[in-house]
Amino acid sequence: MENKIAVQIDDLTVAYNYKPVLWDIDLAIPEGVLMAIVGPNGAGKSTLIKSILDIIKPIAGSIQIYGKSYKKQRSLVAYVPQKGSVDWDFPTTALDVVMMGTYGSLGWIKRPGQKEKKAALEALEKVGMLSFKNRQISQLSGGQQQRIFLARALVQNAAIYFMDEPFQGVDATTEKAIINILKELRKAGKTVIVVHHDLQTVPEYFDWVTFLNVKKIATGPVKDIFNDDNLTKTYGINYKVSVQQ
Amino acid sequence: MDIQQYIELVFTDYTLRTITLGTAVLGAICGMLGSFAVLRKQSLLGDAISHAALPGIAIAFLIMGTKNSSIFLLGALISGLIGTFWIRGITSKTHLKSDTALGLILSLFFGFGMLLLTYIQKMPNANQAGLESYLFGQAATLIESDVWLMGIVTAISLVILLLFWKELKLLLFDADYTKTLGFNTKFLDILITTFIVIAIVLGLQTVGVVLMSAMLLAPAAAARQWTNNLSVMVILAAIFGAFSGVLGTAISASHNNLSTGPVIVLVAGVFVLVSFIFSPGRGLLFREIRFRKNRNDLQLHKTLSFMYNIAKTHEDIGHPHAIKILNNFQGFTRKSLQKLEDKDYVKISGNMWSMTASGYNTASNLYDQLITEEDE
Repeated sequence: MENKIAVQIDDLTVAYNYKPVLWDIDLAIPEGVLMAIVGPNGAGKSTLIKSILDIIKPIAGSIQIYGKSYKKQRSLVAYVPQKGSVDWDFPTTALDVVMMGTYGSLGWIKRPGQKEKKAALEALEKVGMLSFKNRQISQLSGGQQQRIFLARALVQNAAIYFMDEPFQGVDATTEKAIINILKELRKAGKTVIVVHHDLQTVPEYFDWVTFLNVKKIATGPVKDIFNDDNLTKTYGINYKVSVQQ
Repeated sequence: MDIQQYIELVFTDYTLRTITLGTAVLGAICGMLGSFAVLRKQSLLGDAISHAALPGIAIAFLIMGTKNSSIFLLGALISGLIGTFWIRGITSKTHLKSDTALGLILSLFFGFGMLLLTYIQKMPNANQAGLESYLFGQAATLIESDVWLMGIVTAISLVILLLFWKELKLLLFDADYTKTLGFNTKFLDILITTFIVIAIVLGLQTVGVVLMSAMLLAPAAAARQWTNNLSVMVILAAIFGAFSGVLGTAISASHNNLSTGPVIVLVAGVFVLVSFIFSPGRGLLFREIRFRKNRNDLQLHKTLSFMYNIAKTHEDIGHPHAIKILNNFQGFTRKSLQKLEDKDYVKISGNMWSMTASGYNTASNLYDQLITEEDE
């Protein structure tokens, strides 16, 4: 199957201070895949996503979303950050957080109205959180908070979804619910890219996988490349050597 | 002087009216902008900024040679902004954490400011400078033009907040996400920080360098206790701040020797204390009451469900049983039994108990009830 390329990355290098976090990454993500990014802690998985989303400025390399820069294609992209990256004691409700997903299309100054509220309620329903819409967000469980974040991204109605560890700290029910939504997104022709930690579930959940450990180890269909060889290359004891190149 | 007399005095006495109005407006703008500082976890930034403003005031005096509060304000603003951007520079360019950067800038600028103050005091025209009053503030020096300036700045920042409300809320909650949506977070950050600096500088004359950060934080911290809604929090903080100003001025004016700044800060502190204890949602008192009530309820429910399991084994649910058989069970006390009878869940006659129909129904739905209560 020959698909369009949703995300094209060439020669991407990112460093905090002196140590490279990502080294010379070339990666082409085809449209319509449900892709896992796997790799050990500190492999640069979140950094890769943040670079694509223009949150982090790379040292070198180019990133293109459907052939154009992120700045021009912003409306095609939605993001689910790590749950722990925000303070959940912030004074706001579940519905209000999901509404934030509409802010991008609204642009500066314009306030969300009925249309935006309706979209947010629909997204809440999709993630099974409609009855919690007025709940203060600190009173949600970890799994519910994750669903709220997912709903916020769904509201963006994007073509490409980036998710940073959406399964972290959620129970089995929530994990099933989330993966079903992701599979639905793929069915609708969307591209979904997920930073993932649980290697056991990769073949069950995803059809595409990228092994990352500072350098790109491998990328391709799960059934072709998800094997011991690549896992050893990514997680093996020798990975420190490859960092220093 | 009783309260009525005092209120009359506020409306008739020009000086008192100016001071009351000035401290009220100052409290309101500090509460409003302080909410953002607190929610951005930049509580200490206010402290650093106010201390960093001191050398600016001294240098302004050294250059101009006279006492002029608007020139002092400008000096304070410039050195406050320099301090702020140095703090940001240190945090982003070095490995030092923000608390280190704050502490460093705070003490360096304050030390330099104190050095200049002692130098100025030795100068021949030192007496007319009165720069020391900027350390702890002197509300009595407020004049009408100061109040006008405060009012105008408050109005401008109100317009800015209303205009960029959505963007600022997003930035406070999730800065990275804000960036991905295409909003210029640097602009928003500088916007809100600049207004916080301006608010602090405006308050220096009244509350002083040392206590200024309390004006920023106390109303916001108090307001957070009463609401889970950002806009309500900002409005409440403004109200608390304004009241702190008015009440603080009143207390200090009716006790001749009390310095206004510290009194205002103490009143704001009382707001915080009361809020921490008595606010319904997050307050310590109601949390403790809720905690105990829940424990008692659970204890009661456990006893009831134990009785239910006994009653269930009989054809007739109202069949009487000896109270004695409950003795093995830990949750049971005379008091809880009495409570169950009050609720008409069980009947007690002598040393026997029997379950009522309503008790039986309640007990059989107990578990479901607990779950749905949780999810409501």
